Amino acid sequence: MAFEYKRLNKTTKIILTLLLIAGCIVLTYMLDKGIIGTSYTVRIVRISVIYALIGVSMNLVNGFTGVFSLGQAGFMAIGAYTVGVLTIPLASRPNVYYLVPISEKIQDLVMPFGVALIIGGIFAAIFAALIGTPVLRLKSDYLAIATLGFSEIVRAIIANNQMWPITNGSLGLKSIPTFPSLFIPVIISTVGIAFMVLLIKSSYGRAFKAIREDEVAAEAMGINLFKHKGLSFIISAFFAGVGGGLLAAHLTAIDSNQFKIMVTYELLLIIVLGGLGSVTGTVLSSFMICSGKELLRWFDLPHSIGTWKIPIFRPGLRMVIFSLLLMTVVLFWRRGLMGRKEFSWDGIYNFLRRWPWRVRRLIRGDYSKKQEEVTPNA
Amino acid sequence: MLHIEDLNIHYGGIHALRGVNIEVPDRKIISLIGANGAGKSTTLKAIMSLIPKTSGKIVFNGKDITKMSTRNIVAEGVVLCPEGRRVFPDLTVLENMTMGAFLRKDKEGIKKDMDWVFDLFPRLQERKWQLAGTLSGGEQQMLAVGRALMSKPKLLMMDEPSLGLAPLIVKSILEIIKEINDAGVNVLLIEQNAKAALEISDYAYVLETGTVSLSGMGRELLKNDKVRAAYLGE
Repeated sequence: MAFEYKRLNKTTKIILTLLLIAGCIVLTYMLDKGIIGTSYTVRIVRISVIYALIGVSMNLVNGFTGVFSLGQAGFMAIGAYTVGVLTIPLASRPNVYYLVPISEKIQDLVMPFGVALIIGGIFAAIFAALIGTPVLRLKSDYLAIATLGFSEIVRAIIANNQMWPITNGSLGLKSIPTFPSLFIPVIISTVGIAFMVLLIKSSYGRAFKAIREDEVAAEAMGINLFKHKGLSFIISAFFAGVGGGLLAAHLTAIDSNQFKIMVTYELLLIIVLGGLGSVTGTVLSSFMICSGKELLRWFDLPHSIGTWKIPIFRPGLRMVIFSLLLMTVVLFWRRGLMGRKEFSWDGIYNFLRRWPWRVRRLIRGDYSKKQEEVTPNA
Repeated sequence: MLHIEDLNIHYGGIHALRGVNIEVPDRKIISLIGANGAGKSTTLKAIMSLIPKTSGKIVFNGKDITKMSTRNIVAEGVVLCPEGRRVFPDLTVLENMTMGAFLRKDKEGIKKDMDWVFDLFPRLQERKWQLAGTLSGGEQQMLAVGRALMSKPKLLMMDEPSLGLAPLIVKSILEIIKEINDAGVNVLLIEQNAKAALEISDYAYVLETGTVSLSGMGRELLKNDKVRAAYLGE
């Protein structure tokens, strides 16, 4: 008996979607008001949604357009520093810039968080446009190296002596006002991700995917490669900048060392694990990785059986376990958790329905019949 | 319709095309035949501005397209169905077809052409929702042709449509090329399978190391001793 792919009807899907949205709102509200979870949980959720936004922005370029860019940390740094410089309250500024006073041109410049965030995004986008012109003419690994270099240059510039009156150099920025409510990062991330989803579903998105699949064929269809790659790169940088700004507000203190290449690798991990070319996969894996890294802290603490202290439980074991888990996931889900598919109620429904079917087949030991299924993508 | 004058192309130090002159008249099937490396694919890529030209002039429908971008050339009504099919494997059949109509804005016209392509290739209609990468070689070739037709071309250029396909499928593809031509689309065809190509084409050019060495009516070339010896293996 072959497995049959069944679809849910439309009303059910709409109801389920509304329930999911309501669930998210209620959950956010309860976390925010401290009804469930602790401030620690709230921090994990905050960092997860921020990384989800930046992850999706990176996936837009790497997963959907097929341009292997590793410059995300640089764009985040630009966004974070813009937000930092523009939102630190006037009263705290002398304390922050205690070694070299803040430049006179910006010393009285304070902006609301939302405005600063958008300016941060725009700065990142402008940088993307500037470096995109030469860099996007490169291919695959060369492009990766060039973008990697860019991101290090941004970091070096921020910490540079001449930049002290603006960025406070290697001392970093502190006293950045944080979010008054968990709803702010959640809503901003949601809006950003929704925008990118709409873009991916538009004819631009189809063009991005066509470029990813086959550049020559895409060009022969009349797609302007340079324009579309550039657009994807710039939009991605914008949201990485916004994400960086959110990160600055989340951490309240930033310095240029926080935007090392490791950050880009962490994001790469998130999008590869979630599936290059899957938005929902990225969001899912962002939550998994951000919370996973915290939950695994249990392994860093000393544990004992009776009086015997188990020797392997010591700081650092967490990362060993984390790496092992990652390897396992990559072994079994070679295209990431979601591949290039997106979350859909039909998918979940059939995933659940398939389990009894799989078990039956296992019991019968009937492997001869190949699982026949047509997965409609619409 | 399409007029190529003294086209020269260099690849690095190699002089790949040496003054090629080709004329594609209205409502005809023209083929380019020749051995590997003769410059057939290069000619088509040069027409599409996919590679830079050293010198020469290409006029399409009375318009000089020599220096136009690929995008504008497609908009003018020239389309290339590239060698080796090159469908977008992770997009569905329908999405692939939609990509063909990327530059078009007329929704009704797109729908009409989509129906026409599905009429030509009923197989594609059946597999509308399937990922293109999961199609068989022949179906992928059909999709590549269908995708190219979705741009509503006046001139369809096909690079080796029979490459790696079973003889039966080659035959049906060639029949469809004739049908497409009857519908008013000019066809410029490249083929290794010289016999099949010459049989359906009105006029043919033989390319040899970057120059046109011979040209004539398809059926006449079939009888030409030189062609028979060099390309038909007789």
